[in-house]
Amino acid sequence: MPKVKVTVTLKPSLLDAQGKVVQGALHNLSYTDVEQVRIGKYIEFSVAESDDLDTKVREICDKLLANPVIEDYRYEVAS
Amino acid sequence: MKFGVIRFPGSNCDQDAFFTIKDVLEQPVEYLWHQDRDLHGVDCVVVPGGFSYGDYLRCGAIARFSPIMDSVISFAKRGGYVIGICNGFQVLCESHLLPGALVKNDGQRFICKQVTLRTETTDSPFTSTIIQGETLTIPIAHGEGKYVCDDSTYSALTQENRIIFRYSDPLGNVLESSNPNGSRDSIAGITNETRNVLGMMPHPERASDPALGSADGRRIFESLLKYAG
Repeated sequence: MPKVKVTVTLKPSLLDAQGKVVQGALHNLSYTDVEQVRIGKYIEFSVAESDDLDTKVREICDKLLANPVIEDYRYEVAS
Repeated sequence: MKFGVIRFPGSNCDQDAFFTIKDVLEQPVEYLWHQDRDLHGVDCVVVPGGFSYGDYLRCGAIARFSPIMDSVISFAKRGGYVIGICNGFQVLCESHLLPGALVKNDGQRFICKQVTLRTETTDSPFTSTIIQGETLTIPIAHGEGKYVCDDSTYSALTQENRIIFRYSDPLGNVLESSNPNGSRDSIAGITNETRNVLGMMPHPERASDPALGSADGRRIFESLLKYAG
């Protein structure tokens, strides 16, 4: 069964408050050149092989795994 | 007017809403179970606050696909009244009954306090007996209450007069400092295009009796009762 790995992140136009706080902590640790920390979600699942797998995965992401109003997602399929 | 209060696993303001409707407003009310599809002939559905399904994935994301929500979506599309409070507002956004989304408060913290809301329009069933610009004192209790939407949604909301409440100071001035969570344009509550669905982060059901610190929340329910006759 193919394994799907999805990463969901907040849209760049939205403030990622968690990312901002973590970036501040990294700066405190003297990693002052670290910028644009974004925190997202990682979801993996396996699904039956099919010809329209891409369409199906996109549907799953658009419907439930991500909220297109506030989030972007990307995924990879490993067989 | 018959009300139905939905119970999801994790709802925790369902009893407050039930109490307000039954004991304060003296209207018939029953609970609606998330696994049912039958709305029991209610005239208004209340989607209460809480942490439906543990807020897993995103607030409201799982609740949106519960069997009862299919019925609520059809009910709302037929013009039925729906009030989503706090987590209920999040569920209605996830259900696309209302536009936009609620994300983590700017300050990262859960905020539980009394706030002032300015009534932005009386052109809605939920504010029909309130005066334009009148302030209501109602508590908020949320970690993810920052309202966001894209520019086209925002212009539709403003042009169609669909922003119902904004966070303000006690005198009714909408200021940066009176916006508790960073919501776009201090938005605290909105309605849909057909004005039969209200979503708001503050809890009117927790402000229904002077003994609770404020009875201003009653005004919203009383407006609806009068409007719906």
